[in-house]
Amino acid sequence: MATMNIIQAVNNALHLAMAADDNVVVLGEDVGKFGGVFRATVGLQAAFGEDRVIDTPLAESGIIGAAIGMALYGVTAVAEIQFSDFIFPAYDQIVNELAKFRYRSGGEYPCPVVIRTPVGGGIRGGHYHSQSPESLFVHHAGLVVVAPSNPYDAKGLLLSALESPDPVMVLEPKRVYRGPDHGKNWGSHPKGQVPEGHYTVPIGKAAIARELTGDGTAVTILTYGAMVHTCEKAAALAQQEGIDVELVDLRSLMPYDLEAIVASAKKTGRVVVANEAPRMCGYAAEITSLVMEHCFDWLEAPVTRVTGYDTPFPYTLEFAYLPDAGRVLTALRTVATYG
Amino acid sequence: MSSAAHTLPTVSTLQSAPTVSTELLQVMAPDGSVVDAAFIATIPEADLIRLYEAMLAQRVYDDRMIKMQRQGRLGFYLACTGEEACSYGPAYALEARDWFYPAYREPGIALWRGMPFQAWVDNMVGNCDDPAKGRQMPVHWTARAQNIVSISSPVGTQIPQCTGSAYAAKLMGHDAVSICFFGEGTSSEGDFHVGLNFAGVWKSPAIFFCRNNGYAISTPFEKTTAAAHIVLRAHGYGIRGVLVDGNDVLAVIKAVRDAADWARAGNGPTLIEAKTYRIAAHSTSDDPSSYRSREEEALWAELCPLKRLRAYLETKGLWDETKEQACVDTSSARIIAALTIAESKPHPALDTVFDDVFAERPAHLDAQLNAMTAHVASGESDYRAG
Repeated sequence: MATMNIIQAVNNALHLAMAADDNVVVLGEDVGKFGGVFRATVGLQAAFGEDRVIDTPLAESGIIGAAIGMALYGVTAVAEIQFSDFIFPAYDQIVNELAKFRYRSGGEYPCPVVIRTPVGGGIRGGHYHSQSPESLFVHHAGLVVVAPSNPYDAKGLLLSALESPDPVMVLEPKRVYRGPDHGKNWGSHPKGQVPEGHYTVPIGKAAIARELTGDGTAVTILTYGAMVHTCEKAAALAQQEGIDVELVDLRSLMPYDLEAIVASAKKTGRVVVANEAPRMCGYAAEITSLVMEHCFDWLEAPVTRVTGYDTPFPYTLEFAYLPDAGRVLTALRTVATYG
Repeated sequence: MSSAAHTLPTVSTLQSAPTVSTELLQVMAPDGSVVDAAFIATIPEADLIRLYEAMLAQRVYDDRMIKMQRQGRLGFYLACTGEEACSYGPAYALEARDWFYPAYREPGIALWRGMPFQAWVDNMVGNCDDPAKGRQMPVHWTARAQNIVSISSPVGTQIPQCTGSAYAAKLMGHDAVSICFFGEGTSSEGDFHVGLNFAGVWKSPAIFFCRNNGYAISTPFEKTTAAAHIVLRAHGYGIRGVLVDGNDVLAVIKAVRDAADWARAGNGPTLIEAKTYRIAAHSTSDDPSSYRSREEEALWAELCPLKRLRAYLETKGLWDETKEQACVDTSSARIIAALTIAESKPHPALDTVFDDVFAERPAHLDAQLNAMTAHVASGESDYRAG
């Protein structure tokens, strides 16, 4: 075991994968000599050479298009898109090509590319370094989408992604890359303890990030990524008000763990769904709908969403925009006292 | 007082760029007379006959498919009439280990490289034996066993993919080149720029084959670019460029062979621009009479790749009208038989809608398959099993 932040956990996973298999390639903007703008690929080029850790020209559709060709041929390509806000020049390659290759070829051409990209706000990055585009990718059939919230899961899910026969997008929560709460490091967090060797976290399985204590009105929070930590903070505050939170970290957005979602919703009958992305057609909307379809008779209150607003992502006012623990707490009170 | 420009420091370690030629590469003139006897001598006469037979057969298949579509028996078709040399030539020129990314006007790649004929026809119908399992329109086939990648409708996406496959082959130490096909219309897409630029930097053993057939559906070449040739862009990427007569199948073979030799020697990619003409309509949904003249069509019909090779073969005493008619009859019977079989086969099963989305069907798709199956079985579905 070692104390790692998310960057170190990702870097460690890539080192392991590249050492184990000569046909693993990392490509992206500034990933080689420089080691990536977030330092996630530091040391890889020195260890594995320029042919396998490739500083590409600045063109996201080229990064993903070339990664697709590599994967079709038999190379495992790990593409880094520097910020998920920059991913849209590659959107066609991702949703029309990568996602559809296995299907459109009748199963002849699987295309297991791994795409790593940082998502989310709270880093003073403005519109072009802060967005959360997950719903735009889960909507297109054929992509596996995972959203780890901590170093242990980030490494385990990335290693699972590398072994997956399907294309996988790993959405990395950049706000908590180096610590779960505005600079606090991962050393004191249980998920900051990471095995140095190989292990995987299964795709498609949620985790319980906080269990019910049995003390207070039980409420479920369903969330993922950096919002897990915002919700943990809200849950601690809510406990003092007699609200007992079961916090489900979805971890995997496609496929999703319906069993875990339904089990928690039926257990508490009161559900808050939180995501940082805008409200309209956000991932929280789909999860809310699933809870309604599968748990209607168990619900004690309307399922309530906490989300970003339906505006572009602001710069100066980003902490007014972002869903914070206070907004989650308000939703918990509403749901806990309904009826 | 003026002075000579100072030399600026450069961060590039590259030396001189590969050549880009705008001289039209020709092995055979339009009347079948020989331009490059030395090259013709490298192709066995039996192969010349096989190439001609294959291109003639293709014209028969295309004519038959269009008739079938007009009768309402085929949803859609894209013929390659007039451009046969641009798929049979490259298919002949390369090796079994090489990778192909066709667009949708290169049937010669499938049929020359040995995709089973019935499978190719099953794809047109979208039946249960279609290799693409009825999931794509006609002419969007796939042939993994022949190293031919599944076809995408929005052409251009395959250009950076070809760059990636070529790079992967080099990384793995394989002596394989990757070739992709697209029209001059596609050269306006961002993926063209991105794919060629990456390939130049990486020295990917790739061949970018631009079939300049004059039209992107109705958009003429002069509305695609202000440049005289697409191949001029090779300069900008620091890669080799070749202009070839796309209606001269031997010149196409030479251009592709040279490009493959260049790539296999570690020199990187080549952009080939083949000048040809889409005698066919863009597709069965198109009517070219609204945007081009009959005179222009007649001019190019005279330059047809089949006429040229036939003239040469006849001069050599290798072909005559009897052989021509026999080949047409055999090909016609072959395509009609295959289509009859294809039409008799049932649709793909309902679960094929949900398979291959992922390697394993996840729970939410199991649930959706069950819902679809129940709805179809209820008799209240618009779908009728075929």
